[in-house]
Amino acid sequence: MAIEGVEIIKAAAFLGAGIAMGLGAIGPGVGEGYVGGKACEAIGRRPEEAGLLTRTMLVGQAVSESTGIYSLVVALLLLFVV
Amino acid sequence: MLSDIATITNLASYAGAGVCIGLGAIGAALGEGYTAGLANQAISQKRERSGDIIKNMLVGQAIAETAAIFALVVAVLLLFVKMPSDSLLKAAALFGAGICMGFGAIGSGVGSGFPGGEACMGIARQPVMSGRLTTNMLIGSAVCQTPAIFSMVVGLMLMFMDFSKMPLYPTWAALIGAGVSTGLAAIGSGYGGGKAAGASCEGIARQPESLAQVTTTMLVGQAVSQTPAIFGLLVSFILMFKSFPESAALNSSMALLGAGICMGFGGVGPGIGNGLTAESAVKWVARNLKATGELTRTMLVGQAVSQSTAIYAMVISLVLIFVV
Repeated sequence: MAIEGVEIIKAAAFLGAGIAMGLGAIGPGVGEGYVGGKACEAIGRRPEEAGLLTRTMLVGQAVSESTGIYSLVVALLLLFVV
Repeated sequence: MLSDIATITNLASYAGAGVCIGLGAIGAALGEGYTAGLANQAISQKRERSGDIIKNMLVGQAIAETAAIFALVVAVLLLFVKMPSDSLLKAAALFGAGICMGFGAIGSGVGSGFPGGEACMGIARQPVMSGRLTTNMLIGSAVCQTPAIFSMVVGLMLMFMDFSKMPLYPTWAALIGAGVSTGLAAIGSGYGGGKAAGASCEGIARQPESLAQVTTTMLVGQAVSQTPAIFGLLVSFILMFKSFPESAALNSSMALLGAGICMGFGGVGPGIGNGLTAESAVKWVARNLKATGELTRTMLVGQAVSQSTAIYAMVISLVLIFVV
């Protein structure tokens, strides 16, 4: 079968989108889980500070999430724009 | 000559068997080694309880071993069961089955080692709790094995389902993608579930009266850790059961392969992360029983955020399967 240039680019973009989002999800997943664990540890030590600790946890996780969102954006660009 | 279908099917089957048991042996060996290491440490602390500790070590190791046994079973089936070779799709499915079970056994094997080792240490610390500790270890490591069981289910379905009516292009990519998706996503969930189970055995030994709350928190935390593996299983089922229109274009094959890779790798991180959160929550429930409510709530919020990346990966895989 004859494979054309446009088709190869589309194929690479689809495979690349999968790899981008797949590998990109590993870091934030582990990192956010680690933050969650440390927040639980801190609340276990000082339950009265639970509100402040939960807020700090969520802010920290949001920053860690950003790399996952970069992967999502790149994957969506590869799927629909390129 | 590689031209005939039967030869290629055999080739895929043997290569799949090698990948399956080669990867599948990693996790159980690591997990059992961890258990044995902590058992030695426990005996050095409480020599007179060595009988209980060795018994617990062997039971814990036996559970960790099941993941490798699943991989062995699939590898032996791939080697010796004569598959009908009427279509090249069978070759893709057999190789996919090997990948799925091989990767899928890693996480469960490593994960089951944590509760085994911590239960041995716990028996040295609180000899009166040895029965309860073994029971809790068994519950925790049984949950750790579910991702390996998912992988075995997908592996066996890939081996024995009849795909000969489907078009070769792009179904070959869907079948390999189905194997990759469940296999890789199982790594994180198995490991994460094990972390939570290990912390619960340690916690029960430290604070025997916290048994009920610790076991409950462990099960909730493990259940959330399992969700990435369930996402992987879902994507595999869609890839196996959806019928794709015939298309010789390379891009439709690559979209399906990409969907499997995306969900597979995407499940690893959140599975491990959810397990780390559950580990700390369980550990601190045992140390501060009064804060159980706060800790469970924080654990679930933290896990939900960590889960979001697995959901992104699932969205991208579903877009790759259904939209593009």
